[in-house]
Amino acid sequence: MTNARWWLLLAVLAVACVAGLAIGPVPIGVVDVLRALTGSGDAQAVAIVRDLRLTRVCLAAITGAGLGMSGAALQGTLRNALAEPYLLGVSGGAAVGAVLAVVAGLTAAVALPVAAFSGAAAAVALVLVIARVASGRADPRVLLMAGVVVGAFANAAIMVLLAGAGEGTVRNALWWMMGSVAGAEWATIRWLALYAIAAGILLVAVARDIDLLALGEDAAAGLGVRVSNATRRVFLLSALLAAVTVAGAGLVGFVGLVVPALARAFGIRRARELLVASAVLGAALVVGADVVARTVRAPAELPLGAVTALIGVPFFLVRLRRAA
Amino acid sequence: MITIANAVVRYRGAPVNALDGASFEAQPGCITAVVGPNGSGKSTVVRALIGQVALAAGSARVGAFDVATADRRAMARTLAVVTQREEPTFPLAAREYVMLGRYPHHGAWSALGPADTAVAEAAAARAGAAELMDRRTDELSGGEWQRVRLARALAQGGEVLVLDEPGTFLDVAHEMAAFGLLEELAREGRTILLVSHQLNLVARFAAHIVLLHRGRVAAAGAPADVMRGDVLEPVYEWPLVVARDPAVGAPVLIPLKRR
Repeated sequence: MTNARWWLLLAVLAVACVAGLAIGPVPIGVVDVLRALTGSGDAQAVAIVRDLRLTRVCLAAITGAGLGMSGAALQGTLRNALAEPYLLGVSGGAAVGAVLAVVAGLTAAVALPVAAFSGAAAAVALVLVIARVASGRADPRVLLMAGVVVGAFANAAIMVLLAGAGEGTVRNALWWMMGSVAGAEWATIRWLALYAIAAGILLVAVARDIDLLALGEDAAAGLGVRVSNATRRVFLLSALLAAVTVAGAGLVGFVGLVVPALARAFGIRRARELLVASAVLGAALVVGADVVARTVRAPAELPLGAVTALIGVPFFLVRLRRAA
Repeated sequence: MITIANAVVRYRGAPVNALDGASFEAQPGCITAVVGPNGSGKSTVVRALIGQVALAAGSARVGAFDVATADRRAMARTLAVVTQREEPTFPLAAREYVMLGRYPHHGAWSALGPADTAVAEAAAARAGAAELMDRRTDELSGGEWQRVRLARALAQGGEVLVLDEPGTFLDVAHEMAAFGLLEELAREGRTILLVSHQLNLVARFAAHIVLLHRGRVAAAGAPADVMRGDVLEPVYEWPLVVARDPAVGAPVLIPLKRR
């Protein structure tokens, strides 16, 4: 991986971020955006850029980075190019955890990701158990089916949990289930960033295990990996990353599928580089998708998850063809 | 040196033990071959050595390590394994793949350096994979892939090498080259344990043959002691004769058609 490629990746992210800050109902020029970021320049521009758009861009970037890394880690460990938190029902599980917490009145920024994480971890465990029972050695397609089933169950559980809630809450919750970074606030973002960075660093620390697990369990064991421990560690960290994104932005699908594949197409193969590149590309993709979400039918906003699904589903079909 | 002592392995839900009190040794300086019919426990021996199945009783030792308690990464610096099957889900450059053999020598944050590259290149050269290093793993033929895998195992740099069916996918020339290399590695003092179906080939290269039958050692010793009709026939449950290869003098097993 040459330095030039890393600079290119970072440039893509920078362009997406500047676009995220510049584009909106009130267009702001690039120079004014940069000036507003430093706090100088037109007061209205400063308010729009720093208070409204910067929070969105940050939350979108965290969401994309988390989903990208989570997907990259899950794909390597499960030896499955179609694995990603949304399709595996992990995000759905996280959503159940988060909704449960909200219903129980536990809405603190520090606690919501934790609640989402317990749901996500439970979903991972459930998916793996179902896949193993159904096919012994986890067949890639059976694994996805298990994920879809768990995801559907999670949706149903959320509906049941929300049955007694007021109309406003349901509307909010539905919007959130389709993914959105519209409600971004610094108080939340701080905690999400903290969790995401911690999980991201820990995941990079086990990147070599992911490389070896991608060879198969016996080969990994022969190269010194305690397979069950290492696998569990990667799953929990991937679940935590997915949970952070769900707690912050709701269900945003397919990012974890598309981003690692793009990074691989870019010539990145080793897990450590792949995780970092997926974080950067994921952030760029979701920031970009959010720009699309709020401009295509402005002043109305599309759900962020709808935009990523529109990108991701055709991509998934191509991948599925290749995997089968 | 590998020591398996009274090893018992039972897979969950299986009616019988996969290993049922097997004991044998593989000494440094020679090739030891584990042979036996399908389901005799050959691959279970390999899985037990890498800690992928736990022993219900007995012990497995590799050099100074007790497999049950050893630090796996430290053990991987002594023991390298070429498993029966392995297909990377995501293709790597062969060079990157061989470099994975250096991972056990590094912690999570220490970088692989020029010394590792040199070891990997040397390993590739020895395994006859030097010219394959710039290819992608998914573009290699079965035989090329097998050589690259052997290079990866050599790059681990250990004194003990375990190979499960190393001749699979290799044509005659590459098979003979591979076995010749194993012989050479053994002569340098390494412990080589190979698991194989190919009795005739094994009889020519191995100094010691362990014949497994239903998880137990049915016979063990020099090729001449194990490659005998009266020893092999009851284990393989098939009529056969053992002749002597006129060219190299090694025992040759000839299965007969059903009587």
